[in-house]
Formats: sequence, C-alpha cells, structure tokens
Amino acid sequence: MIQLKVNGKQRSFRGRRFKRLIDVLREDFDLTGTKEGCGEGECGACSVFVDGELVNSCLIPVYQADGARVETVEALGDPDALDPLQASFLTEGGAQCGICTPGMLMSAWAFVRDGGRDDLDAIRTALAGNLCRCTGYQHIVSSVVATVRDKTRTSARRRTKKK
Amino acid sequence: MRGDPAGMRVLQPRTIEEALDAFARRPSAVPLAGGTDFMVAWNAGGENGRVILDLSAITSWKRVRVSGRGLRIGALTTHWQLQHEASVKKHLPLLAEACATIGGRQIQTRGTLGGNIANASPAGDTFPPLAVYDAKVRLRSASGRRTLPFIEVFEGVKKTSLGAGELIESIDVDAPRKPTRQLFRKVGTRAASAISKTVAAGLLWTRPDGAIRELRFALGSMAPTVKRLRAVEAFVAGKKPTGEVVEEAAALLEEDVSPIDDFRSTRFYRLEVSRNLLRAFLK
Amino acid sequence: MSSVGESSRRKEGPEKLTGVAKYVDDYHLPNCLQGVTLRSSIARGVIKEIRFDPSYDWDSVVVATAKDIPGENYVYLIEVDQPLLVDREVHHAEEPILVLGHKDRAKAYEALSHIEVEYEPWDPVLTMEEALVGKRILYGDDNVFKRFEISKGDVEQGFKDADVIVSKEYRVPHQEQAYLENNGMAAWEEDDGTLVLMGSIQCPFYVHKAMLPLFAREPEKVRVIQATTGGGFGGKEEYPNMIAGHAALLALKAKRPVKMIYDRHEDMRATTKRHPARVRHRTGVTKDGALVAQDIDVLMDGGAYVTLSPVVLSRGILHASGPYECPNVRIVGRVIATNTPPNGAFRGFGAPQTLFAAELQMEAIASRLKMDPVSLRQTNLFRIGSITATGQTLRESVGAENVLDRVLSRSKFRQKKSQHARWNGSKTKPTWRGIGLATVFHGDGFTGSGEVFLRSRAGIELVHDGTLRIDAASTEIGQGTTSILAQIVADALDVPYDWIDVETPDTSKVPNSGPTVASRTCMVVGGLLHKAAKKLKKALVQAGANWPLTREALATSAARACGKKRSIDFVEQYRKPGDVTWDEETYRGDAYGVYSYAAMVVDLEIDKTTYEVTVRDVITAQDVGKAINPLLVEGQIIGGTAQALGYALLENTVVDDRGVMQNAQLTNYIIPTALDMPTMDVTIVEEPYSKGPFGAKGVGELPMDIPAPAVAAAIYDATGLFMAELPILPERLCQALHDSAQS
Repeated sequence: MIQLKVNGKQRSFRGRRFKRLIDVLREDFDLTGTKEGCGEGECGACSVFVDGELVNSCLIPVYQADGARVETVEALGDPDALDPLQASFLTEGGAQCGICTPGMLMSAWAFVRDGGRDDLDAIRTALAGNLCRCTGYQHIVSSVVATVRDKTRTSARRRTKKK
Repeated sequence: MRGDPAGMRVLQPRTIEEALDAFARRPSAVPLAGGTDFMVAWNAGGENGRVILDLSAITSWKRVRVSGRGLRIGALTTHWQLQHEASVKKHLPLLAEACATIGGRQIQTRGTLGGNIANASPAGDTFPPLAVYDAKVRLRSASGRRTLPFIEVFEGVKKTSLGAGELIESIDVDAPRKPTRQLFRKVGTRAASAISKTVAAGLLWTRPDGAIRELRFALGSMAPTVKRLRAVEAFVAGKKPTGEVVEEAAALLEEDVSPIDDFRSTRFYRLEVSRNLLRAFLK
Repeated sequence: MSSVGESSRRKEGPEKLTGVAKYVDDYHLPNCLQGVTLRSSIARGVIKEIRFDPSYDWDSVVVATAKDIPGENYVYLIEVDQPLLVDREVHHAEEPILVLGHKDRAKAYEALSHIEVEYEPWDPVLTMEEALVGKRILYGDDNVFKRFEISKGDVEQGFKDADVIVSKEYRVPHQEQAYLENNGMAAWEEDDGTLVLMGSIQCPFYVHKAMLPLFAREPEKVRVIQATTGGGFGGKEEYPNMIAGHAALLALKAKRPVKMIYDRHEDMRATTKRHPARVRHRTGVTKDGALVAQDIDVLMDGGAYVTLSPVVLSRGILHASGPYECPNVRIVGRVIATNTPPNGAFRGFGAPQTLFAAELQMEAIASRLKMDPVSLRQTNLFRIGSITATGQTLRESVGAENVLDRVLSRSKFRQKKSQHARWNGSKTKPTWRGIGLATVFHGDGFTGSGEVFLRSRAGIELVHDGTLRIDAASTEIGQGTTSILAQIVADALDVPYDWIDVETPDTSKVPNSGPTVASRTCMVVGGLLHKAAKKLKKALVQAGANWPLTREALATSAARACGKKRSIDFVEQYRKPGDVTWDEETYRGDAYGVYSYAAMVVDLEIDKTTYEVTVRDVITAQDVGKAINPLLVEGQIIGGTAQALGYALLENTVVDDRGVMQNAQLTNYIIPTALDMPTMDVTIVEEPYSKGPFGAKGVGELPMDIPAPAVAAAIYDATGLFMAELPILPERLCQALHDSAQS
C-alpha cells in the first residue's frame, strides 16, 4: 500500500505501484484538476508538487511518491474563494482554454513561494516548462507580476503594522 | 497513455549493497532515477513488462562532496540541485549552466546527472561541459568499483560501456585552474525546453603573449556520442589565434564530428554553427 | 450599467482556475470502455485481410469495423467521400480501419498490437505537384477537389499598363493546431435510446448532423454535449465528427459508455492540420507604386478527402490580393487531392497562407521600385469606397489606414529602420537587426452566402423566477464566448453581467447558432442575442419593469411576463442584411459583410553565430469594430500572434515517406514557450460596423494572418534575404546566407 499526503489529507493507494502519479490523482483520488497534455514531460500541464518540488506527474510512478506530500491545483482556492494567485489570473486574463492553467498555476506558485520578484525574464524562465497555446503567455506573466506585487504590498503593510 | 503498470515489476533496494546485489541477479533490470527519459518511453508503450531497479533510496548518491579542488557529484543529484549548488557554480560553472537549460524546472527537479549519462543521448546537454572538465565516472557493481574517463562511457547512440550489473555511483571532477575564457552554448531553436541541434562547451587558457596555452572544446549532437575536438585542440596549442589559425581550426572540426540530417536539423547547419561557435570562442 | 467595453471577468474562469472545470477525460463514466483506433500503416492500397492473433485473449475487448455501421459509412461534411472506417480502400496513412475498446486504456493499446492488417499496397501520390501530373487519379479526373476563379477588370491590359512586373513564388507548410487538450469524445446510449456524445468540440451541431446518417437515426435520438474544451483553433471543428462516430459505434456495439481520448502522438499524426500551399504572384505596378494588375495562383494540398478544403480555399483566394485595391485582378485557386492525412480548419482558414504571400509580395515590389514599403502600402490600401477583387464596394468600417498609422507611430518604424541600418553596418556586432511591417484584412463570418445558409438561431430564456439564460450552440473554447455573449446581453438589458447565465452547448437544449468558427461568434451570434435582448427588455417593460432594475423587480416582472409558463424564449434567426449581395457562381459581390484590419511591426535580430531569430518587439494595432471585452480581445491578439510567430519561425512539420508527420510530439514539434515571446504592444482600434452588436466585428483569426509576413519582411530588412518559404528556420537562413555568399 502506498501512502501519500495529498493537499494536506492522508490518502492511501492500493493499486499497481507503477501507475503514474497523474493517473492515481485523477482516477483514484478524483483530483482531475491535474491535466495531461503530452505524456512526455514537455507541456507541464500535469505539474504538481512532490515534497515541495515542482514535478511532472506524468513522469512519476506512484511508488516513487510513497510517503511524500503532494500538492495539486486543488490545494489553492475554490471557485468562490480564489487564492490570490488564482484571482490575479482571473483579473489579468491568465487563463483561456484552461488546460495548461493548473500546471501553469503550480509553476507560478513555486516561483512566488520561492520569493520570485516581478522580473519579467525570471518569470518567463519559471514558466518555461509549461506550454500554453492560447495566451501567448503575456497575460500569464502579468498575472504573476500582479501576484508578486500584491504580495510585496501586503507584506510591507504587515511590517508597517508591526511597528 | 500506452504504458501498462500491470506488467511492471519494481525492485526497491534500501541500500547500495542491496541495489548492487539485485542488479547482479537481474542485469536486464532498468535502473530508474528521476525517470525523465524512461517514463517518456514507457508512456509511449515501448517499455512494458520491464523490471525496474529503483534507486530512490540511495540518498548518499544525491549529494555533491567537495574536498579541496575535487568534486564528487553523486549520480543521483538532480539538474535543479546542481545549478544551485555553490561548489558547482563556483568550480564547474559550465555544468551549472548546462543543467539550467535541460527542460523546465519540472524536468530539472527530477532528472539526475547519472541518469542523463546512463541514457547516453547524443544530445545530452551536460556532456560537453563534463567532457571539457575531463570528468571521470565512477562505476560500481557487486564485484567492485572502476573509474572511466567520462568520454569513454559512451559507445554509441543510447549505448554505454557500462557492464552488466554496473551502476554509475558518482561523477568526479577536479576543478580546473581558472580559464581565460569559457563557453557553454546550447543551440535548439526555441529559447527553452529544446533538444539541442548542437551544444558546445569550451575552456581556453592563453599565455601572456596571447598565444593559446590550452584549448578544450567539446560538442554534443554532432556525432553518436559527445566529442572533444582533439584535432582542433592539438592544432591551436601554442598558436596565436590569428584569423588564419582560427579558420584552419574551424576546418579541422570535422576531424572529430560527423553530424547527420534528421528531423531536428541538418548536417550543414550543425557544422556551420559549430564552426561559428568555435571561431567566436577562439577570437 | 455598462458591461460592453469592460474587461469583465471570464465567466468560467473560477472553475478553470481551481481545477473544477470538467473536460471530457475528467468525467468518470461507470462501466466505461476506453476506445482506441487501428490505423493504416500504408498511404494507399487495399486491405486484403485483418488477422486477430488467435493466442490473444479477445474476451475483454470489443471490436467494431465498418461492417458494424448501421447506416451509411461516411463522415458527413461538404461531401460524403470520407468513410468512418476503411472498408476496403485505404487513401492515406493513419486512416482509421477499426476501433476497439477495453476497460483499461493501456490494455486497449496492447490489443491493437495483436491485430495484423495485410494490404495490397498501391503507389501513393504524396505531393501536389505529383497529383497535378495526373499519372495516378485519386479524385475526379484531374485530382482537383475544387477550383475557384476571381476576376476583376482586364489583367492582360493591366500588365501592359505596368511599368514594372514582379513575379515570385511563396510556400507555406502544414501547421499543427497543438491545442493543449488532445481530441476526446465520450459516447453512450440512454435507456430511452438516445445516443449521447460528449466531448471536446467546437461545433455541437456538426457532430449531431454527422451522427444521423451513420447510425440511421432521427435527430431527436442523438444528443451532443460540449464538455469544457481545451482549445480548438479549428482543429476541433470537423475532426470530432470522426471521433464521435468511432466512440458511438463502439458504445452501441458494447452497450457500454466509451471514451476515446487521443494521446498527443495520435492527435498530431492523424488529425487535420493547416493546408500547405504554394502561391504564385505576378504583379504589375506603375513606377510610383500603384497596383495595376495582380495575377495570383493558389495551390493547396487538401490531403486524401474533401473535408473543408473547398471553403478553406475559398477564404484563401478571397484574401489572396491583400487589403489593397487594384483595378485588374485574376486569382485562380485549386485544392488538390493527395494520399496524405486530410487537412482542415485552422485559425485563419486559408487566409494566413495567401496573406503571407500577398504581404511579402509588397516587400518584393517595394524593393524592386526602390520605394519605401510603407508608402507602397499607403498608396494602395483599402479605404472607404475601395472596390475589392470580387467587386465589393467597402462602405463602412475600414480601419486599414488607421491601424497602419498607429503602428508606424508607436513603433517609430522609420527611426528604428535607420538605427538598424547603422547597427548592421558594423561588422563587430553579434547580430543583424531588422524591422518589418505587414497589413492585413480578414473577412468576418462565413463567406458569401454562408451565413444565409446557416440560418443561425440563438436566444435568451426568461425564467419566471427572473433567471436570464443565453441559449446558443456557440462554444467556449478559451476565446471567451461565454463572457462576451453575456456582456452583450447584459448591456442590451441594462442589467449586471453577473445576472446573465449561459447554457452549456447541448443540442437537446439550445438552438443551432452555427459553428464556432470564422470569427463569427461575437458579430453574428452576438448580434442575434443583442436583438433578442432588446425584445426581452420590451417584454419586461410591458410587464411593468423599471430601470434601474433590481433583482426582485426582475423576478416580479419575469413572473408576470411568463404568466403560467415556466419560461419564455426570445429567439432570433439570422437574416441577410438587404444590401449584401453575393454570386456563388461568378464569385462576384460582397464576399463578407465586413472585414477586420490589422497592422503589425516586428523588430527582430538574428544571431550571426547560430542564425537563431529573436523577436525583440511586436507592435500591432487591430481594428475589431468594438472590443466587447478588451482583455479578451487582447488575449486573442497576443495568443494568435504567438501561434503565428511559431508558424513563421519554429513550427516545422516533418513528413515521412508515407505523408505522415514524423515529429509528432510536443518535444519535436516546437511551439513557442514563454521565453520565446516578447512583451507585445497592442492597440485596439474600433471602427464600428453598423450591423455588429455595439459595432463589433471579428478578432479570432485576424492575429494569425499577420505575423509571418511581418517577420519575413524584418528578416529581409536585416539580411537582404528574401525568405519566401515558411518556417524561416535557422537552418534555412544558414543555407540562404551560404548560397547568397556563393553567388
């Protein structure tokens, strides 16, 4: 039996150990937010975190995630309570057809989490493992910029309050 | 999804010794590290029914050890780790740079240096840097250890000289003395996540009079395996890089490489660009 | 309470951003089989025998062949030449021969490997040139699927009057749509005998219509539902008919739900792509740059079946002379049959091919005349009163000069051009720099009488509780249909955007508002809904509603208006505007009700070491009549530009000796990443169209038409190399530089 902590919840999986992580998430745990675009680690639509690392879940047999923490797009907000990152994607036009979006959000999340700044080249580099055919990326980049700026403002406010 | 998990058998050794024993007993098993190459083939349906030797538990191979100027890079260190590792950035910047060009972050966090080498793709982006650094590859099997010069690991497209039951344990590199100039350049048409059409690494030391003391130059995607340009290196040693010398050096490039036309690029382009890279680096 | 002109939040955005939105493969269907397709390994020949490995256990597999089709074995489209499954004769490699299902997808693929097909192979025809020689006849008596001719004035006289004649040939390749969600369809039969199809589609009623002859069913016994769709770009216009047929055939035979989800490899190898084309231009001009004769020959490769090729060709030739007025024009277009996988709809639909040629031809002419390419364009550009190649007088909403002026000033075109000339003069610089320009037009909506034949219907449902729901078959595929239709209705009713619901495109619930293609959704369907909303508003007024309207007041007046009924539908049907005329036979008249216009400046540099092209700046202005939602319009423009920069510089479909895509992986078919795109400068120009809702025209395809010629012009500016074939790969630049140095 394989144990995973998915989006904060303890889950166990009793099927084939070589089943791909993406398939376990989608078929066994009903977390269909994670998408498959190419099956070869090129498009990034299946991006999730495994123990905090950004990975392609189509390239990981589930046994390799045994005992790991896994976060998927479902770990962010809900439709009526979006996470700030998702809210920026909504206002900036970062999602069109929506298939690359969950993976794109995971890469953006990793970038923001790791203290990324509103440097366009750094953002584009951080998103380079995620293909999008709809947006031309510009509105995705501006979504990340908006998130980073909001975050900076919020933490600046927090600091001010502490004083 | 054409890979069938039902037919797959996974061996999960907990220690190095267990792994070596298991591999000795089943030399046809596929050692699996980050899986960024194997899983692609498996997803396409080409690797069903295989026995997998999982290396995840060998944590001691996931580190870079530094002693003096020597770096011992564990085979299971990832491209992501290597591009952020202070010792690698300092002593082997071309390797750090190469690791940052392999796929996106999602690939870099999984793909390992040992896996990259064992996969032996002609387009392996870490190979030209390791070739110019004169890296050595430490192999280990149940019957012992041996060390190979990096270049000698490769025998052909996707073919290595690793023996039955042998695993790559580490890549050992002595930091070179500070070069006058160095180069890593990957040419892959698009700006990210591309497979190389040609990939170059170079180290150059000059004498105070401007003459070349030593050149090391390696190319990937230009032959079935990574190649050091031995003829060019020998020719320029001791010479000043005049226009004439540079042109003669460029003409000698074909002594060591023989690129092909394929669906990614053309022989003509690969040669032209590689010569240009060499010229620009020497001037 | 204005919503039109605001960047209202994408309606389905929150669901997409949280992973809640359900695409076809996200549905768990109980007891479902996974369907896969056995495809021809040869390009042309006859199937002699299909052998099933006797040692394989076939018990858990359901197989369906052409013999299982209860009705007629064809996929309904313009013609009925394409079978759902090959019965005998194979016309292209990767053609479907049989389908099979297994509850496990990997096992289904494995079963395929236990089937052996024995063929009698025939020599295939793999290129247009070969097909035209006519040694082997695949279609009709000359391998020409369709020929069109447009004629205006007297071309021969025009050439006599010309001071200079410029002749050039242009070539453009296949292009893969590469939507990020592969094709997929689910099928099952309900207890009441209704066949249900649910999938990733642009045109629910196309699928519906295609199912009827295949399964010999009455229309009410087939229901087609759009699942959330992960991009289309034309690639999910007609091919889903095929997949739906396959899924339905298996589902009916197995008496279980079936899902057919293509993987990337199959999607790229087997489904439709942009038509490759060869375009020849012979242009006569006076020495001061006035066009006096255009003689244009367009050849497109249709592949093995007719599919949509005639209409792709039609749009292609209708755009082949560019947005310029010329008194004497002859355009001949032919689309050719070959034994290659059929080509089909792709954003731009023939126009990107011919406009690449038309615009680069302007560069060639300017260069021959030693004239500034800007002035050459300004001399000939469409304006109010211009007469097009089909004899259409442009009466309104002609933004051509406006968009050109905007990009010239925003890009500092002339200043940059001289800066680049100085840069390129220095031998020590590592790059060549160039700046290029293009101007295009794009006809909005179906060609000619197309909209009349479609007789589209769309409506709004007023429910007694005050719910307002849009009923249309127009699909949201990422472009923003749901949002803009709601904005139009909200504004016409003068109520908040959030009050408007939009029904899922489901043929059992919505009227047929036509296919979601041809930049027609906003202008045509939005127009119908605008009218419907006005009638609905009148009904509310009659029921006592006052503005500003509250939700309570809406509910009250809705209840009053509905009386005893649960709801009332306000449905509008398309009517041809009285002053639009079109003759299908002679190709004379108003080819489109109106055109959108775009201008673009591309600033790029080419690495002297690697010949790699970096696009540094893209400055564009696009006249869309009215931007109902500026953010979404910008999304279309930037996204379309990215796709077209791929077409221009990166995307190389390598075809093997069977006519099949060899690099059928996202790893080897190179589309732009975030690092390949510059930050673009977009200006939306609004020259309103009197018959569009709030003045709106179309925007979906326009951005696809323009980047490639602007890129080629910039490369010409940078290097003097006239690259008349796409994609302009570093390999081609390298070769061209080498060749020009030799000569």
